[in-house]
Amino acid sequence: MHFSPFDHYLPRESVLHALEARPKVVATLLFALSVVLLPDGAWMGFLLAWGLLVAASAAGGVGMGYLLKRSLVALPFLLPALSILFTLPGRPLFRLALGPWLLTATESGAVRFLSVLLRSWLSVQAAILLTAVTPFPEVIHALHHLRFPRLIVAVIAFMYRYLFVLGDEALRLLRARQSRSARVDARRGGGTLRWRAGVAGGMAGQLFLRSYERSERVYAAMASRGYRGELLVMHPHALQRRDWLFLLLAAVGLALVQCLGRCL
Amino acid sequence: MTAPPPALEIRNLAFRYPGGPEVLRDISLTLRRGEKVALVGPNGAGKSTLLLHLNGILRGEGSLRVEGMPLRDENLPAIRARVGLVFQDADDQLFSPTVFEDVAFGPLHMGLPEGEVRRRVREALAQVGMEGYERRLSHHLSAGEKKRIAIATVLSMSPSLLALDEPSAGLDPRARRNLIRLLQDLPLTMLVSTHDMALVAELFPRMVVMDAGRIVADDATAGLLADAAFLEAHGLEAPCLPAAPPRNR
Repeated sequence: MHFSPFDHYLPRESVLHALEARPKVVATLLFALSVVLLPDGAWMGFLLAWGLLVAASAAGGVGMGYLLKRSLVALPFLLPALSILFTLPGRPLFRLALGPWLLTATESGAVRFLSVLLRSWLSVQAAILLTAVTPFPEVIHALHHLRFPRLIVAVIAFMYRYLFVLGDEALRLLRARQSRSARVDARRGGGTLRWRAGVAGGMAGQLFLRSYERSERVYAAMASRGYRGELLVMHPHALQRRDWLFLLLAAVGLALVQCLGRCL
Repeated sequence: MTAPPPALEIRNLAFRYPGGPEVLRDISLTLRRGEKVALVGPNGAGKSTLLLHLNGILRGEGSLRVEGMPLRDENLPAIRARVGLVFQDADDQLFSPTVFEDVAFGPLHMGLPEGEVRRRVREALAQVGMEGYERRLSHHLSAGEKKRIAIATVLSMSPSLLALDEPSAGLDPRARRNLIRLLQDLPLTMLVSTHDMALVAELFPRMVVMDAGRIVADDATAGLLADAAFLEAHGLEAPCLPAAPPRNR
């Protein structure tokens, strides 16, 4: 019984897979930064950025369909951005009556909303591509060696390791509930909504308590092996020529994105 | 010439969790070097709590010495390098994303140079028969594999005393058999907490019985296992010997 929706790595043999993790992480972060820095409505810039992404995914042997499907996960996070549509002053596009309020969508609001949407969607796809062509432990390693704050890297590493354990635990709890969610003929089973909400709340609490206890045991296991407050890691492997070449390509591509986004 | 100090020497150890009842009372126990000793007793007897004292994760009243070294703050790093504590749930022990990082954790934190760390990881994995698992992800391993890797994570620190908490729990017969062979072959002092009485009978000539926070017996395994009344009084059971299988009516 395994819970592994976070295993994104696609084992292939490709140019991107062969690269060291650090240049890939740096390129992904630069990509996100570059896309975020593009001004609102810089459509050509966004288009070129997307083109780079398509090229990279082709080089990595990862289909665009895979990226698109996975990137849907980020959609709910765009909900808060919807308010932009109605709050920026500008030429009105359409009106929406929402109870006592009358919302007016403006043209500048639409441009900004679309830009926000493209920025997050492109960045998320870049991150998905990174995890598809790099085993996650190597991403964590790269963050370490790129001098990211150690605490944050440690938190990411533990989260990665224990999401699976927690997921398994949640799965077991759900199965235990299912197995006892029986129904006798001619009676309505399942209880009231309130009662079921209570059960779900209890399960969430259980999960929290178990994780909390586990965290104490994990800390004891770390202390037993000499942990004194600082996580140590080994030195990285050397960067090869192809890694530098990739970084150069990425930098040139992203500079082009900025040029195109700002000048056209 | 004086004899070398014992591997482990505990005198009058007592412990209570803050605001709780006493979990360990008046524990005295000495392990000679190279001795393999079983620690048995019902759930809640204090076995795991006692094991957590061996390397100072928990600190009670009384004295505890590892190879003559008293358990004090300044000795903690040295003691933790000597006592290899393997937790019951391998998911607690294996906290790094990959097997390599987990087995390397102890040696790295002991301040060893990189080449030495790599050598130790290789050797520890070979000792538990898990060569070539370095790049595997911990969450993809089976229970038996996890248990062996968990043992490798402390072997890489070259401990002199191995403390295992219920090592055979949850293993299938083959994994259990492999574990028994592994424990048999490791030339280390061992204190192993377990409910697996067949494992005790097979592997440990000496048995320490705990109940309600005290040591109630510390003697040869064969003698204690023959005393059915004593075992029953402490919630234990002698292992079933191979006999005619029960028949269905």
